[in-house]
Amino acid sequence: MNAQKHEVYKKIDAIQFGLLSPKMIEKMAAVRVITPELYDEEGYPVDGGLMDTRMGVIDPGLKCKTCGGSLKECPGHFGYITLAKPVIHIKFVTVIYDLLKCTCRECGRPLVDDRKIKMYIKQIEHVQKEKGIEAAKVKIKEIISKIKDTKVCPHCGAKQEKIILEKPTTFIEGDRKLSPIEVRARLEKIRDEDLPLFGINPETARPEWMVLTLLPIPPVTMRPSITLESGERSEDDLTHKLGDIVRINQRLQENIIAGAPELIIEDLWELLQYHVTTLIDNNVAQLPPARHRSGQPLKTLTERIKSKHGRIRHNLAGKRTNFSARSVISPDPTIELNEVGVPFVMATKLTVPERVTEENIEYLKQYIKNGPKKYPGANYVIRPDGKKRRITDELKEEIIEEIEPGYIVERHLLDGDIVLFNRQPSLHRMSMMAHYAKILPYKTLRLNPAVCHPYNADFDGDEMNLHVPQTEEARAEAEILMNVNTQIISPRYGLSVMGCIQDSISGNYLLTKYLKLPRKEAVQILYEAGVEDMSKLPHKKEVSGKEVFSVILPNDFTYIGTSKSGEKVIIENGKLKEGVIDKSSIGVESGLMLRSLHKKYGKERTFKIIGQISKLGIVVLLHYGMTNLISDSDLSEEAKKEIQEILSKAEQKVDELIKEYKDGKLKPLPGRTIEDTLESYIMEALNKARNEAGEVIERNTKEETSTLLMIKSGARAKILNLVQMSAVVGQQALRGKRINYGYFGRTLSHFKKNDLSPESHGFIKSSFKQGLKPTEFFFAAITGRDSLMDTALRTPKSGYLYRRLANALQDVKVEYDNTVRDSNNRIIQFQYGEDGIDVSKSEGGILNVKRIIEEHLAKSK
Amino acid sequence: MKKPIKHVLVPEHKKLSEKEKKALLEKFNITIKELPQILKTDPAIQGLNAKEGDIIMIKRNSPTAGESIYYRVVVSSE
Repeated sequence: MNAQKHEVYKKIDAIQFGLLSPKMIEKMAAVRVITPELYDEEGYPVDGGLMDTRMGVIDPGLKCKTCGGSLKECPGHFGYITLAKPVIHIKFVTVIYDLLKCTCRECGRPLVDDRKIKMYIKQIEHVQKEKGIEAAKVKIKEIISKIKDTKVCPHCGAKQEKIILEKPTTFIEGDRKLSPIEVRARLEKIRDEDLPLFGINPETARPEWMVLTLLPIPPVTMRPSITLESGERSEDDLTHKLGDIVRINQRLQENIIAGAPELIIEDLWELLQYHVTTLIDNNVAQLPPARHRSGQPLKTLTERIKSKHGRIRHNLAGKRTNFSARSVISPDPTIELNEVGVPFVMATKLTVPERVTEENIEYLKQYIKNGPKKYPGANYVIRPDGKKRRITDELKEEIIEEIEPGYIVERHLLDGDIVLFNRQPSLHRMSMMAHYAKILPYKTLRLNPAVCHPYNADFDGDEMNLHVPQTEEARAEAEILMNVNTQIISPRYGLSVMGCIQDSISGNYLLTKYLKLPRKEAVQILYEAGVEDMSKLPHKKEVSGKEVFSVILPNDFTYIGTSKSGEKVIIENGKLKEGVIDKSSIGVESGLMLRSLHKKYGKERTFKIIGQISKLGIVVLLHYGMTNLISDSDLSEEAKKEIQEILSKAEQKVDELIKEYKDGKLKPLPGRTIEDTLESYIMEALNKARNEAGEVIERNTKEETSTLLMIKSGARAKILNLVQMSAVVGQQALRGKRINYGYFGRTLSHFKKNDLSPESHGFIKSSFKQGLKPTEFFFAAITGRDSLMDTALRTPKSGYLYRRLANALQDVKVEYDNTVRDSNNRIIQFQYGEDGIDVSKSEGGILNVKRIIEEHLAKSK
Repeated sequence: MKKPIKHVLVPEHKKLSEKEKKALLEKFNITIKELPQILKTDPAIQGLNAKEGDIIMIKRNSPTAGESIYYRVVVSSE
């Protein structure tokens, strides 16, 4: 809004960094600070003190003596103090050290001859132009290390002495201490034309400015004092520190004038150096940090900028936002995929500014009448002149009388308002999508379970954020670019990221595989799933599940695919003719039918169909029920026998292997020891046994139990989980091997030393239903604990790895000529992905050429 | 002169002629600076007699595209 009022009259063209010269410090200062006193008896700031009103004001009543502005208008002005003796700037110690080492103590020239100086400077320029500033810095370091130990000056022949830096700020030459005055004198001697050798631009940074003679005093506005409840004033940390400096500076000055002994002056000088150093950085390794009386360290300039709570990461990068909300999420399959359930309490706090027009004035008046507490109400009214007024019980009537077209009413969030919904970590663009608000009771944010996958959300306590766009432009942009239905196809693998999960899949599987239901009931189910047009449902007394499912599909839809178990799925002209609907048709990241629908009918239609299919699955289960029974993991007598046989055979095999090994007959696999070979053979045999057990179970079930139905439809669990429940838990693997830790030569004291048998190395013969033996349980606990630790440690590590990768690749893009280039226009790939395929327009990264041709031929016929 | 490594995993490296080089730079509307680089001392281009500024064409087998062509410009290790 401010942009409209203010004209742009100054534009930044370039930024130049440099050092402040003493002249500049004096020029930009409004005050010379001479006294450590802050306020006089009446509590007014003292002239020439640290709170001088010429440096800006922090009291609402006072006016700045420099610019005449009040608290809000005056930006503050710098002051300065003249230091009685110069001190070294802590942040430039390393630069000063390099300069001292590399220049002559007599003539101030670099310790190489003129020809080489010229050559080095040229080299640095070249490197900077070719490879950038970082490479130039490395080059300069190289040069410095080359010339720093030169013994005799090639220009004047003076002998050089070794200079040591005694941290933090003392320089020692030979056995004599160099005072900052001497240091400054040496830096002054360095010629302008030699400075590029050290990467210094003499126009903006003369080296002697790194030794401070004047100290700029930051404006009062950046170190405001706080008035406590008791009426006492509490000064900012910076003011405290500056007070110390002014005080010591004064004492040093007095002592110099009085002609005090050298020793006292030295001490005071050192103290001044300490105070100036801690003003700039209170975390210097060799110095004790300056503290409050309470003992807590002062926060000075560096601490204000640096690290997590510093200005940059906390205030600049870490902006907070209004009109946003956060809460625990929970599922609600009854709302649309692109809706989000917003609790009442949030809806009364989150507002949308609505401009009053002739058309909406009546209902906006009603909102104002309802006020901020009653939903749907309004919280604020903004007058055309920009004044904002809160709607209160007392002001209500007055505001209703007052408003006319041109006013803005901040009304409560209503059903259908566009909001942005987000879950961290926001790793891809689907992590933040635009939803339509739906105001619901209770206190959690609600989302349709079909959109869990793009957000990677579950409901074990996840929280999500919600933002309300405040301008018409933002809303339009969100609706067009970020709407959930624009994000159905993942740009990463070209399949739908939204689709059916869990019971939506098993419901559709149950429906299309087994069910036959009275037409009346079918209509009921379809209606509950959000279908209103029943004309496609055949007029028979009893309809099949396939016919019910077909009602949702478009009339001209033809699709041929395979189901999860490998059978054909045939849809012809919108009718499911053959096969069952399971994960590979409607699941996330695998639903090929969804991909096909999207290609033929576009995002809106597909979006609607996904919603209806997922709802249909749930409604079917609501009508027919699905329960996991303990008896689902029962085995028939034959199956039990067969599995027992498989297991004992496997054990026999292992015994044979062990015998072979002990007899020395076992041949090692290439690149492995005999022991490793034995281990891998044993693992193989045992795993094979478990897989065979799975096949037996699958083969032996006469009817599909609920557990098996879930497995077959791909809704949840694998056959392995059922095997573990009903037959055998299997080998426990630790880092890809059998368990081999514990006592000397054995895993537990229950076994003999050097026992190689399966049961002593973590093979669990029992099933979960039977229950585990103590040793087996212990082995399960070992691997369980290990995998728990592993996930806990791996998640942050891989997250950081991904973050670094994402940051490194953030401005790499595909150009119009299909090359992949970085921000410097450098080519990374000559053809995107080496094949130039836009994955989001493919099916799982593959272009099905055969199908395209067939479709094209069919069209041209 | 050392021979380039003969191994199935080392893709074919070929030096472009001046004419081809010009055509390539024109095709992508770039200067040599925008090309990926290869060290002059890289074992794969020993025996090609490549100088700094030459462009090497690399033919690779690609899991997505069958065969893909890549270009690198020869640079010295400095």
